[in-house]
Amino acid sequence: MSGNGATSVEIKNLDLSFGAVDVLKGLNLSVNEGEFLVLLGSSGCGKSTLLNCIAGLLDVTGGQVFIKGRNVTWAEPSERGIGMVFQSYALYPQMSVEGNMSFGLKNARVPKSEIKERVARAADILQIEPLLKRKPSALSGGQRQRVAIGRALVRDVDVFLFDEPLSNLDAKLRADLRVELKQLHDRLDNTMIYVTHDQVEAMTLADRIAIMKDGIIQQLASPGEIYSRPANLYVADFIGSPAMNLQQGRVENGHFLAGELSVPLASYSFEREVAGDVWFGIRPEHVLVGDDAAGADLELTVKAEVVEPLGSDTLVLTSVNGKRFWLRISGQSKVASGDSLRAGVNAADASLFDAGDEERL
Amino acid sequence: MAKIAAIPMILTALCVFVGGTLWTVVYSFTGSKLLPKAKWVGLDQYERLWNTNRWIVSIENLMIYGICSLIFSLVIGFVLAALLDQKIRFENTFRTIILYPFALSFIVTGLVWQWILNPDFGVQNIVRSLGWASFEFDPLYNQDIVIYGILIAGLWQGTGLIMVLMLAGLRGIDQEIWKASRVDGIPTWKTYIFIVIPMMRPVFITTLVLIASGIVRVFDLVVAQTSGGPGIASEVPAKYVYDTMFLRQNLAQGFAASTMMLLAVAIVIIPWAYLEFGSRKRD
Ligand SMILES: Nc1ncnc2c1ncn2[C@@H]1O[C@H](COP(=O)(O)OP(=O)(O)O)[C@@H](O)[C@H]1O
Ligand SMILES: [Mg+2]
Repeated sequence: MSGNGATSVEIKNLDLSFGAVDVLKGLNLSVNEGEFLVLLGSSGCGKSTLLNCIAGLLDVTGGQVFIKGRNVTWAEPSERGIGMVFQSYALYPQMSVEGNMSFGLKNARVPKSEIKERVARAADILQIEPLLKRKPSALSGGQRQRVAIGRALVRDVDVFLFDEPLSNLDAKLRADLRVELKQLHDRLDNTMIYVTHDQVEAMTLADRIAIMKDGIIQQLASPGEIYSRPANLYVADFIGSPAMNLQQGRVENGHFLAGELSVPLASYSFEREVAGDVWFGIRPEHVLVGDDAAGADLELTVKAEVVEPLGSDTLVLTSVNGKRFWLRISGQSKVASGDSLRAGVNAADASLFDAGDEERL
Repeated sequence: MAKIAAIPMILTALCVFVGGTLWTVVYSFTGSKLLPKAKWVGLDQYERLWNTNRWIVSIENLMIYGICSLIFSLVIGFVLAALLDQKIRFENTFRTIILYPFALSFIVTGLVWQWILNPDFGVQNIVRSLGWASFEFDPLYNQDIVIYGILIAGLWQGTGLIMVLMLAGLRGIDQEIWKASRVDGIPTWKTYIFIVIPMMRPVFITTLVLIASGIVRVFDLVVAQTSGGPGIASEVPAKYVYDTMFLRQNLAQGFAASTMMLLAVAIVIIPWAYLEFGSRKRD
């Protein structure tokens, strides 16, 4: 599904500074043809900056950008074979929907009949035919964003760039449009690079996710891999809600030790040598509760402090070694705050990170 | 409550403005001289008005000044704003310098430019002293171009404010609009004309009102710079009204001229208001 292996967008040693502020430093990224790549990170980490560099809306300070094997580092945005969709929709307010979609084409002197054809096709794909004569001001947020996607579609390009396209929409609409975007990608098979700070969007849409922090890609992997094998402490803490339960301690004689806790690590597959101080992380949904806990590598009794029923499942806040420790249990279980729970943790489900460089062990 | 409280003020304003206006119009059909007298003379005053060379010159001057001032204020103001919008350094300094003349009254502006354009002290003198002895630049002393000398002063004074307003308008345009148009491959000038300027419609309406008020106030400039001279070459309608009423004690003739000015304003404003507010309802 995710492309045929050819490279669509390649970024080599990209630097970008605003005056004295270095936002991107020697960034490398390669996106496969037909891939849906999500750039995920907290606000201000440089996602939009990276996307604007790919689009050619910012002049890079150093490095190169290739699209379809062509060096486009200094090409105008319109010559790069990209279409872009923005958070604020950025529709031309005085033009009709049709005008918005055709203005760029008219300007590029595309023949009238072809413009008509392309607009009709995009309108059909996005189901906005009834809106073609309307002005953007007469559209809802979701319709506006659809038109903005249509404006990118008619350009008949290889690569679509999205900068937080759903962030201005309410939750319900966001979920709907997310599904539509995924269907659109399946249907068109274009390369899509999608910027968001919303991890649900990232996990559901992406073939691969690039998690960014301070202009550096922390991990580039499939959503599953990022979820189950975070490359470092930042990624582990960033992905998942509630976040991974973390305990700081040390490794001695094949055991993780922190306060009262002692976890045998025989079943944990290490990536590199263990040395001294580490972080031990376990996701709330990987903590075994009740009878399942029997026989786990670590068994302990915890007291429910806060219970948050979400319907499908229930979150329980407890504390271990004085640190927050979340459990996710079935929505059917009856737990009240103050109850004591038996919990179990298997080292195989856990993630260990070096306390020094915070990389995965 | 607030509305009720405002009623006396609204009534007073209506009485004074509408009453005063009506009174002026009515007495323009009389033969009043020093004092208003209800001695009806029909359209005599208007006939005399349109046969007066000075009035015709005034009208011509106002038309030239008005049209040029409108076009140049908008064009220069917008171009300066677009230049300043390119994130240049020292923007604040430039903005202050360009806005500074607006802090001066028309009278001061008029005096300043009277000196600058004075052949014996100003530009002409400076260029000549630099060695170009035959250089001539004395618009205020040349009947044919004196109105443009006044125009320069008017633009110098008023364009800064127009620029600042336009700059604020440009800054209000979402940066993503610019990005979208670049991705679409639309040249900058086309983006300004087809996308940005239409988005700035409210700013343009505000500036139009300001420019129009500047055109009306040109009286002050003329008084300070040329007193209507040389001869009657830089007369303007407001000055005609003032002079006829208070210097030549010919009230009714002044009223007739005022009424013509009112009529001209109405001819411009009423269709515009109709379009503006009539179409708003249909939206
Ligand atoms: N035009 C600019 N001038 C100076 N600094 C900027 C500019 N645009 C972005 N930055 C800075 O670059 C960093 C990354 O910004 P951005 O890429 O927009 O982050 P995000 O990941 O939220 O999209 C931020 O710290 C921001 O302050
Ligand atoms: Mg951003």
